[in-house]
Amino acid sequence: MLSYILRRVFQSVLVLLVVGLVAFAMFRFVGDPIDTMLGQERTMQDIERLRETLGLNKPFFVQYWDFLVRAVQGDLGISYRQGRPVAEIIAERLPATLELAAVSGAFALIFGIVMGIFTAIRRDGFAANAIMTLSLVGVSLPTFLIGILLIYVFAVELSWLPSFGRGDVVRLGGWSTGFLTQSGLVALILPSITLGLYQMTLIMRLVRSEMLEVLRQDYIRFARARGLRDRAIHFRHALKNTLVPVITVTGLQLGSIIAFAIITETVFQWPGVGLLFINAIQFVDIPVMAAYLMLISVMFVGINLVVDLLYVAIDPRLRA
Amino acid sequence: MMMRAAALGAAFLATTALTTAAVSAETLRWARAAEALTLDPHAQNEGPTTTLMHQIYEPLIVRNMEGQMEPALATSWEPSAEDPNVWVFTLREGVTFHGGQEFDSADAVFSLERAMTETSNFKELLSSVSEVRAVGPYALEIVTDGPNPLLPNNLTNIMMMDEGWATENGAEAVQDYAAGEDTFSARNTNGTGPYVLESREADVRTVLSANEDYWGIGEFPLAASEIIFTPIQNPATRVAALLTGEVDFIQDVPVQDLGRVAEAEGIEVITAPQNRVIFFGLNVGAEDLANDSVEGANPFADVRVRQAIEIAINREAIQQVVMRGQSEPAGVINPPPVNGWTEALDEYPTYDVAAAQALMEEAGYGDGFSVQLDCPNDRYVNDEAICQAAVGMLAQIGIEVNLSALPRAQHFPLIANGETDFYMLGWGVPTYDSEYVFNFLYHTQTEGRGSWNGTGYSNPEMDAMIVSLASEVDLDARNQTIADLWAMAEEEVIYIPIHNQILNWGIADGWDTVVDADDQVKFKYFVAE
Repeated sequence: MLSYILRRVFQSVLVLLVVGLVAFAMFRFVGDPIDTMLGQERTMQDIERLRETLGLNKPFFVQYWDFLVRAVQGDLGISYRQGRPVAEIIAERLPATLELAAVSGAFALIFGIVMGIFTAIRRDGFAANAIMTLSLVGVSLPTFLIGILLIYVFAVELSWLPSFGRGDVVRLGGWSTGFLTQSGLVALILPSITLGLYQMTLIMRLVRSEMLEVLRQDYIRFARARGLRDRAIHFRHALKNTLVPVITVTGLQLGSIIAFAIITETVFQWPGVGLLFINAIQFVDIPVMAAYLMLISVMFVGINLVVDLLYVAIDPRLRA
Repeated sequence: MMMRAAALGAAFLATTALTTAAVSAETLRWARAAEALTLDPHAQNEGPTTTLMHQIYEPLIVRNMEGQMEPALATSWEPSAEDPNVWVFTLREGVTFHGGQEFDSADAVFSLERAMTETSNFKELLSSVSEVRAVGPYALEIVTDGPNPLLPNNLTNIMMMDEGWATENGAEAVQDYAAGEDTFSARNTNGTGPYVLESREADVRTVLSANEDYWGIGEFPLAASEIIFTPIQNPATRVAALLTGEVDFIQDVPVQDLGRVAEAEGIEVITAPQNRVIFFGLNVGAEDLANDSVEGANPFADVRVRQAIEIAINREAIQQVVMRGQSEPAGVINPPPVNGWTEALDEYPTYDVAAAQALMEEAGYGDGFSVQLDCPNDRYVNDEAICQAAVGMLAQIGIEVNLSALPRAQHFPLIANGETDFYMLGWGVPTYDSEYVFNFLYHTQTEGRGSWNGTGYSNPEMDAMIVSLASEVDLDARNQTIADLWAMAEEEVIYIPIHNQILNWGIADGWDTVVDADDQVKFKYFVAE
């Protein structure tokens, strides 16, 4: 048991280190930060001086090592673009992304399950077919297009919702929240739908197919024979058995909602870590890119580690 | 209990009253694609940063929105009668910083010296300065290492800080991210400008309020009492925010949305030619090009090939098709407001494929050759589309162009490192003088000059003339040298000018301004309609 856990932890750390190495090897292909940092009137001398002080002349694995040594001491460096500590910037931006991810996750889960059940029970109804067809559109349209369409309809044409930003936020200690103001809540609507739409259709289709599968089972047939009401059969018996794979998928998808909020955040000028990352790429802000990638990989590796350890808890055969 | 309710009610009423007051005052909500990078006025010489700085800080001399130099913290300036190497400035009296400190010559000396330090991004503009000295509380002398007739032109973006404030807060040195520094001046401001920084969250929102002690009250319209700046990167979202009335002013209306914005009710698009010319550079200096089909020779070294390209580019087609009319075809890589520009120079050659083919034939490249064109795809208006158009045009004279379009962070290092054969570049001239163009684009690439000359071009005679511009006091003689230099440049054709960009600002009814050719908004000139 202990050796299994230790092995998993060791493997996770190894994965993290490799992700970092690959990231640092890639940074040189993103471009050269020197030009964006120095402005139009730089001389060749300035270029050399800055490259030297930033350590950009060193091979990438040396740069990576320097990064690791400082990161272990809690120093993620200074952003080239903003000139402020990277840790501070990320801490400032993370609440926006996490709140957006939470709301879109909830949206995807609630609507996905409800619509999944509906389309499974009324599988040949007009409404169910319409939902299924529309969900295909939802899966196949790219996120930025959905976002811009929503802005066009609900902000420009109808003037119901804001087109960009987070509205007013309230600071609670180190956390900034949009949940406590009206403009903050209203601002969450369009980005959450944009970000959660794909996950919603995914969950809906999953629930539908699982539900159809379950409804064919013998125990449902016997339940009907016992004369139970439809509602009890559908929700007490069928739904419960449907939810196991849904929960697994949702857990995994939450990670990707956070990691891939980049496009939604860019379309809505949402001040989260995704927008920060896009700006960092354009500016070749290596400290921010490195910190963001490490953060995301820690998150993914962490989720996987927890899942692995849960398996141990659930499955006695692994404990041997 | 009653008491408390009453108190609460009163407090509530007070807040409501406050909010109403804030709304009725003139708040201008402003958006543009890019965010300022820092609040340290000497750290980043870059458009969006300088724009924000101009609202909070002030230079000695400022350019107004029409591009003319105007007194700001200096009321007058002239070359010294005794020493041609000295400029004498009279400073404005009775000016206070936002923190209450008085502005005097010690602050000016401190600020200029700070802008000349190694980590300042403005030091090149002051490279001719050998000493800055205060000769009285409101008298300043700047000594240059030779006569510099154009020194005032270089001061229009160099902001004045308070010496005491900077020293107290350990902000004497310019912010230097290279050293991993996080300086006080990068987060806090204390200027003399028309607006005071209220709050700032980078990439989210920056709020400025009117400076009630501003020296220019009564002199400038100062119509906005509060300015809220939000960067909105996505062009479609930025336009939507203007259309919905969530912002009042956007600095960059995308070309494809101009019609829609202009038609919308309550919004106007105002335009002006920008101080920025777009052109191609040709690597004429290399022995052999890296990415071409000609072995052992450089086709661009032959001036006839360069001339052929010059007349094979159909500038009017690019203007109409690619730019939708939003450009002014150019014949010289010098924007119109700049000293040295003439109409004759800016006349571009007639598009003539037959003549271009003849020139290619004459140069021995009748069968053509292939070459790689490096182009940015996120820097200038429709940059990649312009390059694509050029690919088709050059194919007509047998030059097969392989287009490599890259983001700016990858494109510009190619020019600095001399790793490109054929590239696109845009150039604005903040000093409004041709010397700036020659210094960076025509002078041989050396440690101090020619840093944007990616063509490998080197002409000692031209270099000597360029260097002489810096210290020529006789303005007529100097202008003659500039004219001669342009004449030489026209013959050499190392750059192929395409066009000058046009700026499009979107502004809501209720506000008005003229468009600044440098894209530098100065809100003190904004008027309410």
